[in-house]
Amino acid sequence: MFSASDLRKGLKVEVDGHPYVITEYNFMKPGKGQAIYTCRIKSMIDGSTQVKQYRSNDKIDKPQLEEKSLVYSYKDGDNYVFMDEQYEQILISGDVLGDQRYFLKEDTEVDILFHNQLPIGVELPIFVERKVIKTEPGARGNTATNVMKPATIDGGYELQVPLFVNEDEMIKVDTRTGEYVERVR
Amino acid sequence: MRVGASALQLEKRSRLLTAIRQFFLSGGFTEVETPVRLIAPALEMHIDAIPSGHLFLRTSPELHMKRLLAEGIAPIYQMGPCFRADEHGDWHRTEFTLLEWYRLHADYKDILTDTENLIRSVALELGSAKVDVQEPWVRMTVSQAYRRFAGWDPVGDFEPDRFDGDMVNKIEPALPPDRVVVLMDYPAEVAALARRSPSDPRIAERWELYMGGLEIANAFSELTDAREQRLRFEQCALQRARHGADVYPMDKAFLACLEAGLPDCAGIALGVDRLLMALTGVRSIEEVQAFGNEGKG
Repeated sequence: MFSASDLRKGLKVEVDGHPYVITEYNFMKPGKGQAIYTCRIKSMIDGSTQVKQYRSNDKIDKPQLEEKSLVYSYKDGDNYVFMDEQYEQILISGDVLGDQRYFLKEDTEVDILFHNQLPIGVELPIFVERKVIKTEPGARGNTATNVMKPATIDGGYELQVPLFVNEDEMIKVDTRTGEYVERVR
Repeated sequence: MRVGASALQLEKRSRLLTAIRQFFLSGGFTEVETPVRLIAPALEMHIDAIPSGHLFLRTSPELHMKRLLAEGIAPIYQMGPCFRADEHGDWHRTEFTLLEWYRLHADYKDILTDTENLIRSVALELGSAKVDVQEPWVRMTVSQAYRRFAGWDPVGDFEPDRFDGDMVNKIEPALPPDRVVVLMDYPAEVAALARRSPSDPRIAERWELYMGGLEIANAFSELTDAREQRLRFEQCALQRARHGADVYPMDKAFLACLEAGLPDCAGIALGVDRLLMALTGVRSIEEVQAFGNEGKG
């Protein structure tokens, strides 16, 4: 359990059985009165936010969070199959992974965050390299980076790339934003 | 910012401190310095002291200053660091600068006159970003403010949790942002060290000053009745013990001084950092203290 004086921006708390992270924190103490802690909390599952107020004597639950390194094996329908060190298979649905699912690479290790044994998110390397499998041919010699066109990368994810990027070329993608970073030679 | 506040803020802070001292000097006040480490910090329900060896860092110089008043040393003022445990946020730091002044044979309305004169004179020196301090100050009783903005009257029917919650969520946000506001006549239940009004025992002669919704100062007609003061300390000690808070020793020297007789007097505690925040229009107390970005918590 946390007490109200532990509250800080970035602290992970549990409210109504769900894990949240505190994104805004405001300490108020009206003249001679008790401290009131106003926090905006963001769900670690669906990203929704809400405002909660706590008093000095309130106790706040600590979420049971665990990070495990798992190896991604293969996709099975809507599920993604991971393997732990004991070769146990763990199924995670595409909903939990969100857009991150496009950046998984077979036989590579990723960190998966579990809340009460249930997977709630995945932490990938910040940058991954992917092959462009579909895009309109760009104007040769055009190296401008501000004019973009749609492209599909290996795994089916669509993003915007500069005109000079061609099919079969490798590009670097930022997994936090899903955006193009640079062409890989 | 490696030193917390900007050079410009530190220069303004210096001018503010000088203007404050100038004001009290020309008003015939004596500047005093009382101990920073105390045996017995004032017993208040929601103020926690930081231990310093076998003593405590002062949360306010109030009790020592009243002992000087009892010796006839008046009017007096003091400006210096005070410390309160676990207070951290945009408006709070565990270490901050408090200005307190006291007058003999005066009440909370006399202190309000001093405060108007002080803040208007320092604003002439420094300017005032958002709040027009030269305009007439808005005076409102706590009862009026709660009836108008929160739909109930805490005077006579006091609910502590609701009172504090509504102050933060309903009253303070509703105060005019461009005017100085004085909330007067607090319910007797939150009198702290203020005396009850002789004409209405349900209220205490206490007011709080707001600039742009930010609480700046708290003033009282001081409680000088030794018996009632001892009773309030005892009740507070019980209440603190019940909530698992540290119970500080009773300040025997202060109570003895009330028993020997302290004339009618009045005083105020004003947050100097917050006054500078209000005058310069900055959002966070870190921006007005040198190294305000260090040693949080």
